[in-house]
Amino acid sequence: MDFKQIQELIKIINKSNIGELTIEENEFKITIKQKEERVQTFVTAQPAPVYSPGPTQSSQATLSSPAEPAPVAAKPDNLVTIKSPMIGTFYRRSSPDKAAFVEPGDEITPGKVVCIIEAMKLFNEIESEISGRVVKILVDDASPVEFDQPLFLVEPA
Amino acid sequence: MFKKVLIANRGEIALRIIRTCREMGIKTVAVYSTADKDSLHVRFADEAVCIGRPSSAESYLNIPHIMAAAEITNADAVHPGYGFLAENAKFSQICAGHGIKFIGPTAEMISAMGDKITAKETMIKAGVPVVPGSGGLLESVQQAKELAKNEVGYPVILKATAGGGGKGMRVVWHESELEKAYDTAKAEAAASFKNDGIYMEKFVEEPRHIEIQIAGDQYGTVCHLSERDCSIQRRHQKLVEESPSPFMTPELRQKMGAAAIKAASAINYESVGTIEFLVDKNRNFYFMEMNTRIQVEHCVTEEVINFDLIKEQIKIAMGEKISGENYEPRNHAIECRINAEDPYNDFRPSPGRITSLNTPGGHGVRVDSHVYAGYVIPPYYDSMIGKLITIARTREEAINTMYRALSEYVIEGVKTTIPFHLQLMQNKDFREGNFTTKFLESFKMQ
Repeated sequence: MDFKQIQELIKIINKSNIGELTIEENEFKITIKQKEERVQTFVTAQPAPVYSPGPTQSSQATLSSPAEPAPVAAKPDNLVTIKSPMIGTFYRRSSPDKAAFVEPGDEITPGKVVCIIEAMKLFNEIESEISGRVVKILVDDASPVEFDQPLFLVEPA
Repeated sequence: MFKKVLIANRGEIALRIIRTCREMGIKTVAVYSTADKDSLHVRFADEAVCIGRPSSAESYLNIPHIMAAAEITNADAVHPGYGFLAENAKFSQICAGHGIKFIGPTAEMISAMGDKITAKETMIKAGVPVVPGSGGLLESVQQAKELAKNEVGYPVILKATAGGGGKGMRVVWHESELEKAYDTAKAEAAASFKNDGIYMEKFVEEPRHIEIQIAGDQYGTVCHLSERDCSIQRRHQKLVEESPSPFMTPELRQKMGAAAIKAASAINYESVGTIEFLVDKNRNFYFMEMNTRIQVEHCVTEEVINFDLIKEQIKIAMGEKISGENYEPRNHAIECRINAEDPYNDFRPSPGRITSLNTPGGHGVRVDSHVYAGYVIPPYYDSMIGKLITIARTREEAINTMYRALSEYVIEGVKTTIPFHLQLMQNKDFREGNFTTKFLESFKMQ
């Protein structure tokens, strides 16, 4: 099974009611599980992320609007989701050589920058609106995200 | 060849575009607001990107969000459909600036036709007949009186330059009424649009609305694909369209077609478009406006010319040449726009869940619709839920097929205009082709 077939499989499962699927083929075995939040099916051929040169705070903070607070939604088991307020490419760090803004286990407070979403060469810092502890990061670094897409699972304080 | 097209629209036209792209081997990207999550165009597209909250301003009219979606999906072209950003010159320009092909005309072409006074001047220069009038804004009652008497001729209509929806408009039949009409039109315009500028045009009595479909490629070749009669309108909204027009003659078609080509060539038009004309009872025709986009009723032309207009539009955008051949209609096609509105209650909108659906079929029936049983019609967008088109050898047969198809079209859970169309198909004047844009004003639901 090649990568493209796996991509197709993920898309099909995402749109279905299947909870878990295992395929065994000779020496190849794959298991795909569907969780409550949707499997990230949004995959395109991504070139290596190109960060703007000389990332000083001022050049990255060039926003057409002030840094956006990300909307949240309550989940049954008390975990809250931080969702994307915009469309673009999700980055966990301000440049490849810097540390990620947040890691699982980190405490966050309102105003804390949790990620960057880049669209059309503009880098937008996304701030948390809530206090709590980051439980899980739902999106891979440098992958495309759409409006309302769940980004972080947070246990509210 | 485009590899991937993003459709910056929703509903039935998004589905329409996706279908043709599929046939052409082009990948599709659907964009949708959170209210359209379960929409058919989202399911049928190869990829989909949620671009915002339900309101049009936050989603389908949101240029940065749409451009971001094009960027992350690596779309090489955008099809704007109709409405929304289809005639937004800025959007056409922004796409060009991003190296994404806007499947439609350039910003200059859109602007040239977008301003009514400029469009009219361009047409006059090109030798296209226009409704005679003041040319610019009226400066005084005196000037208006002289114009009406010596140049335009009564009856005249005074119109607000910033206007629409019938506001700031007054029809004047005799010189004795002119001064009063002038003052009230100006006052109404000022109150409605904060701009009291008015101009004058000859009032075309009982006009028919007959439009000509045209296509132009990137190399200056323009052709026409004959007419559609769209006179059945309620409050300036088209409800029924057909081709050929029951009022058309081969001679008139030749003249109007030539005028339409002149109009499009005057701005070097690229893509498909439509020139709208008013036609009076003596078969004099006058340029009204140009729609620089694909139109809702394009299906009617597709059926009598046997042509995929969306495919043509995409091919033109990819740089292909058109033959330059004009096309005449064969057979007869009628389209009824099915809206989620209650015709028994002043066509009040009726959004909600469709509980039961049966679409008509059989010989000579085409349905372009994005709804399905269980679908919830959102309240944020227009009320059109489908287009029913019938094709037959003669107009009478097309009407009979339409009546038969309408009676099979079952949509439950919301009110629709199907009862209205059923009654219209049995109306004597309609069946005789005896109607103008005033027709629906005196039409009453039984």
